[in-house]
Amino acid sequence: MIKIERLTKNYGSNLAVDDISFEVGAGETVGFLGPNGAGKSTTMNILTGYLSASAGRVLIDGVDILSDPIGAKKMIGYLPEQPPVYLDMTVDEYLNFNYELKGCKLPREEHLAEICDVVKISDVRRRLIKNLSKGYRQRVGVAQALIGNPPVIIFDEPTVGLDPKQIIEIRSLIRSLGKNHTVLLSTHILQEVAAVCDRIIIINKGKIVADAKTENITRAVDTSRRFNVKVCGNQKDVIDTIKSIAGVSYVEALAQKDGDAYTYTVESEPGVDIRKKLFFTLSDKGMAMIGLEAVGMSLEDIFITVVDKNQGESDKKTAKYERQQRRGRRQRSIENEIGDTLYREAEQRRREQSESEE
Amino acid sequence: MFAIYKKELRSYFTNPHGYVFAGIFLALSALVFSYTTLLMQSYDTTLYFTVMVFALVVLVPLLTMRLFTEEKKLRTEQLLLTAPVTITGMVLGKFLAAFTLFFSCTALTCINFIPLYLIAAAERGNLPYDTTHIGPVTPQIIGCLIGVVLIGAAFIAIGTFVSSLTENQLAAAIITIAVLLALVGIGLFANVIDVYAIRMALGWISILGRFSNLSSGIFDIASIIYFVSLAFLFVFLTVRVYEKRRWS
Repeated sequence: MIKIERLTKNYGSNLAVDDISFEVGAGETVGFLGPNGAGKSTTMNILTGYLSASAGRVLIDGVDILSDPIGAKKMIGYLPEQPPVYLDMTVDEYLNFNYELKGCKLPREEHLAEICDVVKISDVRRRLIKNLSKGYRQRVGVAQALIGNPPVIIFDEPTVGLDPKQIIEIRSLIRSLGKNHTVLLSTHILQEVAAVCDRIIIINKGKIVADAKTENITRAVDTSRRFNVKVCGNQKDVIDTIKSIAGVSYVEALAQKDGDAYTYTVESEPGVDIRKKLFFTLSDKGMAMIGLEAVGMSLEDIFITVVDKNQGESDKKTAKYERQQRRGRRQRSIENEIGDTLYREAEQRRREQSESEE
Repeated sequence: MFAIYKKELRSYFTNPHGYVFAGIFLALSALVFSYTTLLMQSYDTTLYFTVMVFALVVLVPLLTMRLFTEEKKLRTEQLLLTAPVTITGMVLGKFLAAFTLFFSCTALTCINFIPLYLIAAAERGNLPYDTTHIGPVTPQIIGCLIGVVLIGAAFIAIGTFVSSLTENQLAAAIITIAVLLALVGIGLFANVIDVYAIRMALGWISILGRFSNLSSGIFDIASIIYFVSLAFLFVFLTVRVYEKRRWS
């Protein structure tokens, strides 16, 4: 449906998009992922005919956007990064304007009503866009993209600036659109693509660094296995014991205490399952393992790994960044633990109270 | 194109710009008209039209300053340029919307002539114009109206072009005023130059010089073509501005 061939874009001497090619099949939902300034928006702007490429071709359902811009644009619904709304129009006026602008042939009233239903703006149709919140403006922008029921829908960072509830709504909307449209979605939020897309294309510094099915990408990079283990006993002894197990590549104690037990993060070498060995070795030494929890590699790790592999020159910087990230993550899991404990304690206290009242 | 035309025309009436333009234009024309004809006890309307051309220098930017600057600021430009509309269609839609408002206002100012004709009729008594030659010269008025409308079109095209170059309304307005003022003033400036060739060239470009042909009742094809091609040239240049942005 969308075909990009050797696309290159220069802004003066600045290379924004560097010789990228990919294809999106009909009915696919593809996430276009990359850090800020990676060339996502530039690519999308070229795809939709807003900018032209310095080199390369874009075909929308076989129609070249350069030689037949009108024909190609008719097939695309596009939501740019900032919803392109006129603040001095009401939602209704805006949608009608778009309906006319796109030369839509569908029955006007029903079509617009249907779209408003889908994006849940039916109740604000008479209000000025000026007075709408960011979330509603975004939805009006989405509605605009859906007018004329184009086969290809392109969203540039559709959930930026929305609150969590709106994000969930927009995501479920995109998922439902994906059923009978070709959807291309750009974002720098990793959960988003994992939640919505069949396929992820990761772009960094204008180059495609990964292009695979969502589940494959998660699996492919997940080379290390990490666990949080809760073991009773002296911290130093436990660490020494775990280190002595073949296949363990990394151990670290977390500052979490549960009675006399501490939590440790253990990483194994790729392809080795150390869980049984871990259990028996510890039990042989009389150290009770009272918890084992697999910590999957998050999408952030995957992303950093993928991007890292493709930029050797800035290794040091990213290594430092990764370390910070890891520390941050641990901090977060501790916070979760503390939160859980507090919640549990409060629960217990409440229960005791109600018992004593009885 | 029609959608954009409609949208722009509508926006003149949902924003102050349209009202300010229409209000000032109509009030000023009435004022200038009564000063130059009724109070001066003259049937000659040339001065009125000349003053109105000067007024357009300040008034036209009101119409054109937001045409493209606003789109750029709101990022709605992306919407128009990714919609199945040609760039020419987009520019023409905007140009015609501004021109429509200007044209309607000019048409409305024709009310000004009614008292002049009534006074002339009263002064002539029962005698026809052909024998007495008392009253306004109708061909001259028609020539002037055609001239003002065409000059307005050229000015609007220039304003449209300037607004496509910048993101700031105020900058667009000021630059437009400067350009228009130069175009109008060049004729006055030409009179003080001694070198014949330069004086001729400046006189050729001069808006007022060409307008004076029309305002004396001569149907000057060259002047009409000059104004029309000025409008076309700047509409074309605006289209090029957008085409170029797509290409570089």
